Amino acid sequence: MAKGVKPRVKVPKSAAAGDVITIKTLISHPMESGQRKDSDGNLIPRSIINRFTCDFNGTNVIDVTMEPAISTNPYFEFEATVPEAGEFKFTWYDDDGSVYEDSKPISIG
Amino acid sequence: MRFKAMTAFAGALAISAVGAANAEPVDDELVINEDVEIVTKTDAPEHMEYIDEVMSGWLFREDDTRDMQRDDFDNPGMLGVEAAMETWDEVDGTAGKACSDCHGTIDEAQLAGARAVYPKWNENAGEVWTIETAMNACRTERMGAEAWDYNGSDMINMSALMSYLSRGMPMNVAIDGPAAETWEKGKEIYYTRYGQLELACANCHEDHYGDMIRADHLSQGQSNGFPAYRLKDAKLVGLHNRFKGCIRDTRAEPFAIGSPEFVALELYVASRGNGLSVEGPSVRN
Repeated sequence: MAKGVKPRVKVPKSAAAGDVITIKTLISHPMESGQRKDSDGNLIPRSIINRFTCDFNGTNVIDVTMEPAISTNPYFEFEATVPEAGEFKFTWYDDDGSVYEDSKPISIG
Repeated sequence: MRFKAMTAFAGALAISAVGAANAEPVDDELVINEDVEIVTKTDAPEHMEYIDEVMSGWLFREDDTRDMQRDDFDNPGMLGVEAAMETWDEVDGTAGKACSDCHGTIDEAQLAGARAVYPKWNENAGEVWTIETAMNACRTERMGAEAWDYNGSDMINMSALMSYLSRGMPMNVAIDGPAAETWEKGKEIYYTRYGQLELACANCHEDHYGDMIRADHLSQGQSNGFPAYRLKDAKLVGLHNRFKGCIRDTRAEPFAIGSPEFVALELYVASRGNGLSVEGPSVRN
């Protein structure tokens, strides 16, 4: 299991209805590609975050399939329209079966 | 007429050639989190004979790299700082102490300003200490814990936290008094040509900052941004590791990380940045 995995997200606390906001997310993760060998010549098994999703009040915002060539600590920045107050829910899926979650509320005003 | 046109053409060629080989510092200002103002350019300290103005390596980086450092969320080096904040409260060693038992909470920031004055003379040890030496002395003498590997991630992360606590404060290492001898030694190393390529630090970072070194921009080699998150390594890199990389590139046998030679060089290089803000953890390529 990957060690020291910690998700972080940045979402504005409030927005006007219909506003487009910028969301930044980062998860600390080694993203071991499965192509590297250790000092004894054995293949280091692949261990990556393979999927990232963001939902707003149950509606999907983005759903990303991630591949082994993505580097350490994957960072995503994207935009979302905020029609109403609610909560952004972020989910990262690890190769080892772990699921990491974070959520941020946003108000209208 | 024809002759004149040719001259104009040659002139244009020459200008474009110079442009391509030049990577001068940008005119930009660094404010982190729209809050902490960083001095990236200031008058050189008096002891410097050949440079009038000292500049942070930040000014020599490209737009995207510079932007990453403006916001702590975008700065991957902050991951190391956050890891060290957790270590700060963890008890380790036979004395049953954590950093916080002596030095207070992170928020109290009792060690703010420490990074700006290191390396400095330690009276008890009778030698110049880097902040890493001081941290290991804390661990072995006060905590009864094992010393950290000088270049290990625990050490580099904690070093980054020390920079973070002092961020925005001007570098101000002492070069007189008992530290003078070590400083002179560091200066000598800085101006000594090493390796098959016969390059001294000064040949690149004093004579040619603002020019290209292959595909990269040469900075003044300031240490105020260390530990630095290097995009090519995708991790925080300590200053001695950087020294080692530079000397290796001259095709010389580098001094060891944490060696007296590198401590002396660190003091000298830090003194060349006196007046610049502590900037670590910085983002560099």
